[in-house]
Amino acid sequence: MSDMILLGTRKGTIIFDRIHSSWRPRPIAHAGIPVCYAARDPRDGTLWASLDHGHWGPKLARSRDGGATWEDLTSIKYPAGARYIVKYLPTPDFDPAAPSARPEYADASIYKIWTIAFGPASQPGRLYAGTIPGGLFVSDDGGDSWELNRPLWNHESRGGDLFAGDATTENRWHGTPASIDYGVFEPGIHSILVDPRDADHVHVAVSTAGVIETTDGGRTWAARNSGMLMDYLPNAAADWGHDPHFVTGCPGQPDHLWQQNHCGVFYSDDAARSWKKVSMPAAGVHFGFPIAADTNDGRTAWVVPARADSERMAIDGGLFVARTTDGGQSWQALRQGLPQGNAYDIVLRHGLDVAGDRLCFGSSTGNVYVSEDRGESWQCLGNNLPPVYSVRFG
Amino acid sequence: MPVVQMTQHLYRFFPQLANRTITVPAGSIAEVLRAVNEMAPGFADYVIDEHGALRRHVTLCIDDTIVIDRKTLSDRVPESGTVYIFQALSGG
Repeated sequence: MSDMILLGTRKGTIIFDRIHSSWRPRPIAHAGIPVCYAARDPRDGTLWASLDHGHWGPKLARSRDGGATWEDLTSIKYPAGARYIVKYLPTPDFDPAAPSARPEYADASIYKIWTIAFGPASQPGRLYAGTIPGGLFVSDDGGDSWELNRPLWNHESRGGDLFAGDATTENRWHGTPASIDYGVFEPGIHSILVDPRDADHVHVAVSTAGVIETTDGGRTWAARNSGMLMDYLPNAAADWGHDPHFVTGCPGQPDHLWQQNHCGVFYSDDAARSWKKVSMPAAGVHFGFPIAADTNDGRTAWVVPARADSERMAIDGGLFVARTTDGGQSWQALRQGLPQGNAYDIVLRHGLDVAGDRLCFGSSTGNVYVSEDRGESWQCLGNNLPPVYSVRFG
Repeated sequence: MPVVQMTQHLYRFFPQLANRTITVPAGSIAEVLRAVNEMAPGFADYVIDEHGALRRHVTLCIDDTIVIDRKTLSDRVPESGTVYIFQALSGG
């Protein structure tokens, strides 16, 4: 089990170390700078933080000395000629079924580096980064240089190869509300899963498009949304347009994937070839953002449920974590140690993590809780932290 | 030669620019930023995006005048001019 927790927060990177059975925070790093994601590369111990500078543009920061010092990297950039078809927030007269008659193009700029993922041990130096607007970047030198994955960027579901000219297909990727802060309505890649058995097998999840898979190292990509259902477009089971909030997998059983979607909790035991809705609204399990899968047992997962998208806060003022151990057939509410009155927390998509028997989550109201017993009981690590964007064990 | 002044916030990332008078050859704003970037590699990435356009929440002025061309930064900086780099008012 890990003895380090990294928090990406509105006001910087906060690291907790477990020393003599208690979790102790270090002084904040990147003070004052929004950090939307922070994680530790298990292969070499490098720490990573995605800085969401309000003024100076998104940057990755890297620490190779365990967090003592950090260096900002400026190397993730869209190449010249990278364009996308502009999306606009749906208006009351928006007709999602109507094909756009004349696409409007924009040159791509990075608004947000939303997530970072690490390659397997067989690919030292391989890193992935997912961005708004919808770019997957790959590094093979530990983050010194990055390259846009063009087959995904040029995918037929996005209009085809816009480097070469005008769109040849319709753009079926929609925007994510998370992009509105940047004055746009564009998609974002927030989940990247590398199959520990096969480095060429990668899933990414896009808000708002769905889950996409490559089995050939990123040369080709295909939608993996069979069984997904949505409630905000006319065709609930369409190939595209789904809104995964976060997708994760079981490291020990990599075909077992879990998805907290805008429209419920979904489970796949066949590497996303098919999904099954396993929400249980009567138990409060339906809406939320994060999801965590057990390290070894693919049928075990945790969510932090919230009240519907119209409210986005703890249900009836009581904060709880829900756990399934049977692939979503049943859910158990875990409340011991969590506030059960006047709690209005929402846990964002990267705000929950698991490592062995330990779990940790942090909310946008700056509350962080850790469990040492698979969620049975919780202790509070802080109530006055900045809004928490990500929680990852180191 | 034109002088470049900037918000102290940028000194946090580029301490080599602090506590000195930054002078650059006269030219366009784009050329001025390139000159500062040579003194502090990586600096330009904080002020402009991958297309060379001014970042949305950055304000540049030549003396008392806010630069007009935020896209290609073609505004000319005279020999006696001062370029100011500000954070735009935003955030929370």
